[in-house]
Amino acid sequence: MAHHPAHADHAPEPDYIRAKKGIMSWLVTVDHKRLGLMYLASVLFFFLVAGILAIALRTELFTPGQDFMSAQTYNKVFTLHGAIMVFLFIIPSVPAAMGNFLLPLMLGAKDVAFPKLNLLSFYVFSVAAIMFISTLVMGSIDTGWTFYTPYSTATGGAATMAVFAVFVAGFSSILTGVNFVVTVHRMRAPGQTWDRLPLFVWAIYATAVIQVLATPVLAITVLLLGLERIFGVGIFDPALGGDPVLFQHFFWFYSHPAVYIMILPGFGIISELLTVHSRKHIFGYKAIALSSVAIAIISFLVWGHHMFVSGQSELAGIVFSFLTFAVAVPTAIKVFSWVATLYKGSISYTTPMWYGLMFLWTFTIGGLTGLYLGTLSIDVHLHDTYFVVAHFHYVMVGGTVVAFIGGLHHWWGKMTGKMYNEKAGAIGALLVFVGFNGTFLTQFFLGHQGMPRRYYAYLSEYQFLHQISTIGSWILAAGLLWTMIYLLHSLWYGEKATGNYWNATSLEWHTQSPPIEHNFHDTPHVTGSPYDFPEIDKSGATH
Amino acid sequence: MILGLFGAPKADMVGTEQMSADPWALLPAASTNAQAIDTLYVFITALCGISMLGVVGAQVYFMWKYKKPANGHRKTSPITHNGRLEFIWSAIPALFMIVLFAWGEIGFVEQFSPPPDAINVRVTGQKWDWTVEYPDYPGAVLSSSSAVPTEEQQKQLQAAGEWGEDIIDRKPTLIVPTGVPVRLTLTSKDVIHSFYIPVFRLKRDAVPGRYTTYWFEATQEGEFPLFCAEYCGDEHSSMIGYVKVVSAEQFEVELKEATKLEQKDAESLADFGKRVFDRGGCKTCHNIDNDEAKTGPSLKGIWGRSEQLTDGSTITADDNYIRESVLDPNAKIVSGFSPQMPSFAGRFNDEHITALIEYLKTLK
Ligand code: HEC
Ligand code: HEM
Ligand SMILES: [Cu+2]
Ligand SMILES: [Cu+2]
Repeated sequence: MAHHPAHADHAPEPDYIRAKKGIMSWLVTVDHKRLGLMYLASVLFFFLVAGILAIALRTELFTPGQDFMSAQTYNKVFTLHGAIMVFLFIIPSVPAAMGNFLLPLMLGAKDVAFPKLNLLSFYVFSVAAIMFISTLVMGSIDTGWTFYTPYSTATGGAATMAVFAVFVAGFSSILTGVNFVVTVHRMRAPGQTWDRLPLFVWAIYATAVIQVLATPVLAITVLLLGLERIFGVGIFDPALGGDPVLFQHFFWFYSHPAVYIMILPGFGIISELLTVHSRKHIFGYKAIALSSVAIAIISFLVWGHHMFVSGQSELAGIVFSFLTFAVAVPTAIKVFSWVATLYKGSISYTTPMWYGLMFLWTFTIGGLTGLYLGTLSIDVHLHDTYFVVAHFHYVMVGGTVVAFIGGLHHWWGKMTGKMYNEKAGAIGALLVFVGFNGTFLTQFFLGHQGMPRRYYAYLSEYQFLHQISTIGSWILAAGLLWTMIYLLHSLWYGEKATGNYWNATSLEWHTQSPPIEHNFHDTPHVTGSPYDFPEIDKSGATH
Repeated sequence: MILGLFGAPKADMVGTEQMSADPWALLPAASTNAQAIDTLYVFITALCGISMLGVVGAQVYFMWKYKKPANGHRKTSPITHNGRLEFIWSAIPALFMIVLFAWGEIGFVEQFSPPPDAINVRVTGQKWDWTVEYPDYPGAVLSSSSAVPTEEQQKQLQAAGEWGEDIIDRKPTLIVPTGVPVRLTLTSKDVIHSFYIPVFRLKRDAVPGRYTTYWFEATQEGEFPLFCAEYCGDEHSSMIGYVKVVSAEQFEVELKEATKLEQKDAESLADFGKRVFDRGGCKTCHNIDNDEAKTGPSLKGIWGRSEQLTDGSTITADDNYIRESVLDPNAKIVSGFSPQMPSFAGRFNDEHITALIEYLKTLK
């Protein structure tokens, strides 16, 4: 709950979108909200591109044989799909796009700590994106998004360019991370103590810490790989005297924490959606906030669970398995706390809430199936099969993307000033739910039946499950396209959004929609929890 | 099979029976390890099923029970936390995690600790086939590429109407007996591959420059597919074959039969050479019916052709050059190619080489 002087006496001020005019005013803007929108446009574009590639892959897999893609094409397409989704969509999606927009608003600040650095970070990201896209005309890449050596050392195409693009994108991640860490430490509104931060801020904070600590390792890894490809320095390629498994250690030392870079911000969004739309205080604020931090720390110690069958020592496998189960506990605590938040609430079935509720299904399936993969003897069977493909899509799509789309609806009016159509939103959510589960639930069974991943052709006994999956992906695509259409439509024809259309309490709702350029007329003062809704029954308060 | 006509994948030519008739059921378990793993698999599935029901059950109940009234909101509970509840729902998962960890760990250590009396088998991956050697049975070498023609060739054969059973020299990639432990030692000649046998629930990466191992004891006779599970490039999806499980008594006979490579009565030297060629997996890297290069140069019209080498000299491909190309391929490298051809010294004897040369002469 926040307290701030009434601002009726202020002259009306234009919102941040209309405050300045002309393309240049966007290109050199240091306004976190405009940068947030620019990131949003970029990541949505890459989501669309990589999504189209995904549908192409699934369609090729409709029959066991070759339909319209050769093996080489399929390999390039799945690599491009995975790499774009990871490096140009998911990693920047919630932190860079929504984090930029929301973080200063939720802190009651005018902007992030270093606005110019923020602009630089956007341009670094754009350079990385262009470098990455340029690989398309340089012969493309067929290494998979994991760039495993020695395959990636020797293969042709534009792998060198691609790894340098990832290298550059890493810097953007680091700059944004540093900026957010400082912002959270230094820019909180008066009275906003750490236990009065919205959980979204906690999640972005934990994410930023991981970004700053882990991304340099990725940078070094891809740099070494680049050196090996260009100068033939023997680091990973045994033909040159290197060690290929070393690359996997390096790679996953970054990429495992990176999967938490992908999911923690989603957790943050879910905490906001489930509370606002059920008018309940979050259940177990401390447990949720601290479990994010616990996950952030332990996530640095579990990278070897991607390598149980790689030839690393058995002892290492055992230690990594143990630590992996240790991360599962804080994750379980979060899920239980979210469900408990619904207890004795007053639940509105808005589109953001549908996505919040959907998340509790899909992410939970993703999390639970992680238990199979953390169990050593079972992972030996399931590793590199469709079970893994299903598991990580349940986490990344069923977790992060679902949260992202939910958040997009929740804050759409705040960001754009226009409301989407609720009915259209509910239809979209239903299509996404059915399509998503249709696509990926079957793949757990495929994986158990032994279907390996990254295959463009397969034994005909797998055909039935593959066909359900492909049909599911078409439904999912229809749901996402539908969502894109009604959201775009709302920009022109949507109702005007009021300042606090959800009647929520965190600070971003204490300014108009869209906010003015400097966010708030007067610095807000925070006097209580962000989850202190007026509907909460304080009369006979017991707990 | 609606669109199956679009191209027969190599996958279909493995020619094994379906592993499992019901895609939703457990895959058949054909080794002692697989049976042990399935018990744990069922346990985790039950655990996850119950947890999932608990989570979505509570959620759906709350969704129904605490739906917002038609107008306005009802008063909601002021509850913010509950220490005891939170302790319970942290401790119970933690206990189950320890059980899963320990159970999985025991099975894992078992998978990689072969009994001393196990049969030794060496498995070498290379783009894109497996070579399987039995050091205890001299000369016993199997190769997955001999099992099946590549996709391109199948298409051509089908188009020419020459597709038939006898065209494929169908051979298992691996032969093992039931009831006897078998220990695999894996390595790779190029990139990382992974030797995966689903009905045994086992795989491990074949890594260049090092050895990895696992072992199993088969319990069920039959033919079961095996896959390369680590992405290795263009023909990754074709790097498949099958394991043939036979009774312990039949094992040696089957192994001899499968690895035998001798000229048959009334078989011409060139025809025998073609079988040698198939067995050697030469097709993975060489075209024989068009001039297009694959990993290696096309062998169409090789005999008598003059070749530019990387050291700048030229040479005419005669009997001795071909012999050297097969036994010591890196001695002379054709310009424009990299030294990727494996040596066949030790696998092919003089008769094989002579037959090969005769066969290559026929490729015009
Ligand atoms: C892993 C891929 C690979 C396999 C398998 C392979 N080769 Fe080669 N082969 C090559 C490459 C690459 C070259 C060119 C470089 C060189 O000269 O060593 C080559 C060159 C040759 C040449 C010389 C060609 C010329 O134009 O001068 C002959 C003959 C040959 N291979 C025959 C065979 C035969 C016979 C087999 C099967 C027993 C076989 N190869 C299997 C990759 C392969
Ligand atoms: C929108 C629906 C999506 C569909 C239908 C889809 C489908 C697929 C398919 C068919 C593959 C190839 C599997 C294989 O051959 O092994 C794949 C791989 C992958 N997908 Fe998706 N995907 C979707 C969304 C996403 C999202 C949002 C992410 C976010 C990170 C993602 C990340 C990946 C990754 C990392 C790979 C692995 C690529 C590799 O093996 O190198 N996907 N996906
Ligand atoms: Cu991981
Ligand atoms: Cu492979």
